[in-house]
Amino acid sequence: MAKVWIDGETSIEVEDPDGVNAVRLTVDDKEIIVSPGQTILEAVQRRNGIGNIPALCHHPAVKPYGACRICTVEVSEDGGSKFKFVAACLYPVKEGLIVKTQTEKIKKLRKGIIELMLARCPDVPKIQELAEEYGVEKPRFVLGDQDCILCGLCVRACQEIMGKSAISLVNRGIYREVAAPFYAYELTEECIGCGDCAFVCPTGAIEMGEDGRPILPKVKIPFAEIETLMKKEAVIPS
Amino acid sequence: MELTLDFPKVKAIVESYTEKVDSLIDSYAGNKEQLISLLQDVQAEFNYLPQDVLVKISQKLDIPLSQVFSVVTFFRAFTLKPRGRHLVTVCLGTACHVKGGRRLVEKIERDYGIKPGETSGDMRFTLEAVNCLGCCALGPVVVVDGKYESKMNPDKLDRVLRGYK
Amino acid sequence: MVEQVRKLLEKRVESAAELESLRQSILGKRDTSRTCISVCGGTACRASGAEAVVEAFLDEIERRELQVQVEMKETGCHGFCEKGPLVVIEPKKIFYQQVKPEDIPEIIAETVLGGKVVERLLYVDPVSAEKITCEPDVPFYKRQTRTIFGANGTINPTNIEDYIAIGGYSALSKVLTGMKPQQIVDEIKKSGLRGRGGGGFPTGKKWQSCRDAEADFKYVICNADEGDPGAYQDRSLLEGNPHSVLEGMIIGAYAIGSHRGYIYVRNEYPLAVRHARIAIEQAMGYGLLGENILGSGFDFNVTINKGGGAFVCGESSALMASLEGKIGEPKAKYVHMSEKGLWDNPSLLNNVKTWANVPLIINKGADWYSKIGTAGSKGTMIFSLVGNINNTGLVEVPMGITLREMIFDIGGGIPNGKKFKAVQTGGPSGGCIPEQFLDTPMDFDELTKLGSMMGSGGMIVMDEDTCMVDVAKYFIEFLKGESCGKCTPCREGINRMSEILANITQGKGKPEDLDKLEDLAEVLSAGALCALGQSAANPVMSTLKYFRDEYTAHIEQKKCPAGVCRDLIQYSINPEKCQGCLRCLRACPTGAITGEKRQAHTLNQGLCIKCGACYDVCKFDAVIRQ
Repeated sequence: MAKVWIDGETSIEVEDPDGVNAVRLTVDDKEIIVSPGQTILEAVQRRNGIGNIPALCHHPAVKPYGACRICTVEVSEDGGSKFKFVAACLYPVKEGLIVKTQTEKIKKLRKGIIELMLARCPDVPKIQELAEEYGVEKPRFVLGDQDCILCGLCVRACQEIMGKSAISLVNRGIYREVAAPFYAYELTEECIGCGDCAFVCPTGAIEMGEDGRPILPKVKIPFAEIETLMKKEAVIPS
Repeated sequence: MELTLDFPKVKAIVESYTEKVDSLIDSYAGNKEQLISLLQDVQAEFNYLPQDVLVKISQKLDIPLSQVFSVVTFFRAFTLKPRGRHLVTVCLGTACHVKGGRRLVEKIERDYGIKPGETSGDMRFTLEAVNCLGCCALGPVVVVDGKYESKMNPDKLDRVLRGYK
Repeated sequence: MVEQVRKLLEKRVESAAELESLRQSILGKRDTSRTCISVCGGTACRASGAEAVVEAFLDEIERRELQVQVEMKETGCHGFCEKGPLVVIEPKKIFYQQVKPEDIPEIIAETVLGGKVVERLLYVDPVSAEKITCEPDVPFYKRQTRTIFGANGTINPTNIEDYIAIGGYSALSKVLTGMKPQQIVDEIKKSGLRGRGGGGFPTGKKWQSCRDAEADFKYVICNADEGDPGAYQDRSLLEGNPHSVLEGMIIGAYAIGSHRGYIYVRNEYPLAVRHARIAIEQAMGYGLLGENILGSGFDFNVTINKGGGAFVCGESSALMASLEGKIGEPKAKYVHMSEKGLWDNPSLLNNVKTWANVPLIINKGADWYSKIGTAGSKGTMIFSLVGNINNTGLVEVPMGITLREMIFDIGGGIPNGKKFKAVQTGGPSGGCIPEQFLDTPMDFDELTKLGSMMGSGGMIVMDEDTCMVDVAKYFIEFLKGESCGKCTPCREGINRMSEILANITQGKGKPEDLDKLEDLAEVLSAGALCALGQSAANPVMSTLKYFRDEYTAHIEQKKCPAGVCRDLIQYSINPEKCQGCLRCLRACPTGAITGEKRQAHTLNQGLCIKCGACYDVCKFDAVIRQ
């Protein structure tokens, strides 16, 4: 018989599940039993009170991406002697896995990531909430004025839910942004004005325009004196 | 002054352009994964990536235009703007940097008004900065139109560039 | 073209025995007493004018009608790039350096025909002033163990018969006629070979995991996207001996059960691409690649894909994304690429140098191989020794040799009488190692312990005139331009680090900046998605660890001790040394220098942009930089 938890307060006794297609792992010292083929984040989100993993670039309707990194947790595959940092939204559940979601290191990492995000997008309510939760007051960096955290949910929603490919992530590095091909929508009829992108956006950076098409957030770089040698001339839309 | 259009001539130019584009794309028919190689061939042919060719590639190879655009903007080898007559590539790898590679970039910026990735207004030079051409013993290295110039300094660079009209 | 194809088809070997008899017939036709002039045709020597040297030789040989007695061969990179163009005259291996086209008639007349040496073209030992005649005696080469790179100097990379003549494809023969796939994997495991691309992952383990994975299609990939600035050994190996890499790949494919291979070459390496293409064509023509290799029934085909100018594509998952026609965005590797890689199929990705080690291990055996090197790092490693060093070039040494031996015995020490300050290993993912650790052996784990890493083999030597804060800034700027932008820690973290470092080098640094850098480094190493982000802070952290005083000098005293950071230095003219030659005046781009001929010049600080042009051109040491 083994004791497993089904939520933060309730535990039950189950018979040793040999031959049952289930995976047992430990999350924050509580053993849970889950069906295989899911990620740590999915397993934890389905159980109230078990673990605490924030996530920004995750949405149940699309495949996980692993871009915001705020869902990082510590896992051990060898019974607890060595731990490594992994993204919970992508890491598959494994038999015997030990997961820690609220260690000091994790909290410090989350604080660091939120500070960076807040410095980039100081006016986004969702980020401000997280900042308050993790004790980030004022970022120690020059503030930008972006709304987009480049989570990629809009692109994935358009591709995976709608089966279209009207927008994509263009440029690279600090110049990365979400855009339609050549920053125009008229070239292809891919965009059908469904509004899914605006719907899944966690920061409210996308609004639907009057023409039925989304108004995408344009990257406004530089927000500090950045001297780059590698800047390519962006194609400026008229 | 009145401009007269030589219609047959213009038609021939457009046709040969279309033929070239089509033959390039057809040689990669059905091989979506060779997108980057195809883009390189197109860029080698036209010195940049014309927008209409990219649209055609997207249609013929059945790749969403957004993906083509993402690829074009992600990789530094590609440019959406026409390049100048002469391509000047300055190596900014660590070894060349330690020997003063940066000053060559600054010299070109002062003399021709262009930063890396830009083309001079008269279409004479396009400046690119790359990370390590692999000739570290001869740094700083500058390549002009495929010709390697070694142990460069701002003075020598000036003389070399004057030779390219 | 039809003629060429027909000629190739005639050479096609259908079995290991036929390959051996082809080899014997090639060797039989070669007269080893015939003079052979090998001119280094590596990119670096070409940049120094090797092509003109080759032309001059061809002209002179034709003029004197010596085609029968003398053979001229353009080979791969010899490695001693500092002294190029290089010419080696066989069979005596007479070594001439910095050869110019004007020297050729003399070389032909004196050495080739007259049997005498042209003294002024010989290498002179900087310490003993002795003139060295033969290549193996040159100190640069003497201390090396050129088991892999040595072949570069003796073969013409565009002629497969040269490779066959030195025993090429005999490992493939051995494998296809007598070894089972699992045996091959075991041999690689036993040898202790570790990946030469940067990660140092045990190669045998990777091969085993790929072999064990079950799938209809498996792929073999050669990572020739060498992106570390200052490292060019992969390029030289692929240019100079592409068949050694091909042979390794075919053996690997046979071991894991793959029939399709890719060589992903950096866009900036046109010669390597060309030579690799020729090698593939020739190998196919000779029956050593393609269908039914050596009559064994094993098929394997290789395609070359060029990169698009993205350092991040050297990362295995980004490389595979690029091969799939997508942007080079890495993805989480919680399931290894060897199980789910290219199009979610098992993919065996190894570096150029790793592949080149394979035929050697098969031929000479894992026991022989594992005797070279240290306990944790077996075999030899090819390094690129560059920067402030006398003998710049490519060096192949057994693992375990110390940094001191590399830099001072082989590298010849620091030029211009300057002092050694640090050596940067492992490229942008590595760190700077200061003087006190010069006796550290070159070993994967030893270098990691110091806060650096072996990486792909780049070794950049820095002298006392290097500002370590500037070095850190350089690497962060590099990574900022190369970050794919997917994950927050890397995209934002590196950008913020570059802001802070820019401030520090401009004299606007604050004491809390160092804490901020350390915090950002932690976020990067724990939070970043791929190795680019995870190791991005290494150059900054290692320089902060070993050269903290330079950082504090920049922040607190607003001074750059090494005299590099533009905003913290000042140029002035020493009136006692100035000869009034007007050189600096003419060189100055802003007109900040004024003065008459033969009278001491003056520098107007207000107009000075600190470009250093005056410092460069002054021949009297009259320009002071502080």
